[in-house]
Amino acid sequence: MIKSLKARAHEFSATEKQLQQLNSGPFEAGSLDSFQQHLQRTNQYPLKPSKLEIFQVNVGYMCNQVCKHCHVDAGPDRKEIMTQETMQQCINVIAANNIHTLDLTGGAPEMNPNFRWFVENAVAAGIKEVIVRSNLTIIRANPKYYDLPEFFAKHNVRVVSSLPYYKRGKTDRQRGDGVFDKSIEALQMLNTVGYAKPESGLTLDLVYNPSGAFLPGDQAQLEMEFKSTLLEDFDIRFNSLFAITNLPISRFLDYLIASDNYEDYMEKLVSSFNPAAVDGVMCKNTISIDWKGYMYDCDFNQMLELKTAGKGSQHISEFDLEGLEKRNIIVNNHCFGCTAGAGSSCQGTVS
Amino acid sequence: MSSKSYYDPEDLKNFGKITEWNENLGNKFFDWYGDVFQPGALTAREKSLIALAVSHAVQCPYCIDAYTVDTMEKGCNEEEMMEAVHVASAIRGGATLVHGTQMMKKAKKLSM
Repeated sequence: MIKSLKARAHEFSATEKQLQQLNSGPFEAGSLDSFQQHLQRTNQYPLKPSKLEIFQVNVGYMCNQVCKHCHVDAGPDRKEIMTQETMQQCINVIAANNIHTLDLTGGAPEMNPNFRWFVENAVAAGIKEVIVRSNLTIIRANPKYYDLPEFFAKHNVRVVSSLPYYKRGKTDRQRGDGVFDKSIEALQMLNTVGYAKPESGLTLDLVYNPSGAFLPGDQAQLEMEFKSTLLEDFDIRFNSLFAITNLPISRFLDYLIASDNYEDYMEKLVSSFNPAAVDGVMCKNTISIDWKGYMYDCDFNQMLELKTAGKGSQHISEFDLEGLEKRNIIVNNHCFGCTAGAGSSCQGTVS
Repeated sequence: MSSKSYYDPEDLKNFGKITEWNENLGNKFFDWYGDVFQPGALTAREKSLIALAVSHAVQCPYCIDAYTVDTMEKGCNEEEMMEAVHVASAIRGGATLVHGTQMMKKAKKLSM
């Protein structure tokens, strides 16, 4: 298993090096205009948030997988884990401000020892929707996780699972050997407890992201193919497919450079800039929280250590809804990933 | 501007500039091209695989680059892509071989 950039002391484990990279080359030479310049041209700068609806909490960077494209640089060697105290602060803020969705991500969020406590207490506090972003293999990684499908079902957690492709080869090349077979087993377990059955009310969505330096195609068409192939080959059902673009940060940025695809990929993202997609980007209605309780405009900005611009409201302990809603969203050239073509967010395409 | 190669990948990015020397015909081409690849009786995915196969048959490096990317974006896998190339190759090969019937006919006519 490969190690995280951090464990390898890779230059991109320093976020300023990533930002430097994202502003050099064609952007520095002037052959490509920056994301900010694009927004200025379409009168969309500064980017302002709309109503806050989603609290996306990253409960830690620990993961049982080391995916080649991971923007979190997650892996078994990452030890950053959110404490129960910070989770409680999140629940208090969500309940006090009528935020309807708690979106749990990581790493593998289920590996946080307080994960179940967090879900149970969030549901008890009346939060309308709890999402877990599961890598699926965690459910088959260790007997202590085998009952996760029942736990998710009991608390009506919406499961959003990564599955880059409906065939073994492409999936395993991106996510590691054996990942596809374990993912299929996990999906079958989720179906068995009722997920994606119309009468159950239990939602299982899949996330598709391209396994390489290309953009995702039409989401509806991909969903149709995933649905028919998974049903035919494995008797698996799911609700929706979200097609997500790989953003050029962290391990995916490293891959782009190492494979000599960086400039072409950035050119493709920039030339696919869609002003209509800007209105639907996730940072408009989402706040991202890191394991220490700091706040960001999105999970990608979290990984680049770009905290929210709202002065006095950068940590969950000093949460100020009014201040946050007045802030300017921090943008940089990685944001082209969310505005290319039909756009991309944690809920798939945006336009 | 000098180039030691007939083909330069950078040229593909300038394809749209073809209109600079004849706007009317260039625009007509691109409008028609765009319509051709819209989903119709065939899906956009099927059209992309056909385009990939034809790109090989006409041996256009620009088209091969473009439709390798396009088929991948549309979720095609390596098996599907290679089968499409074999279809193109089979037709090219067959197109050569089938002329053998003409050769046979001519040779038989000339022979005692």
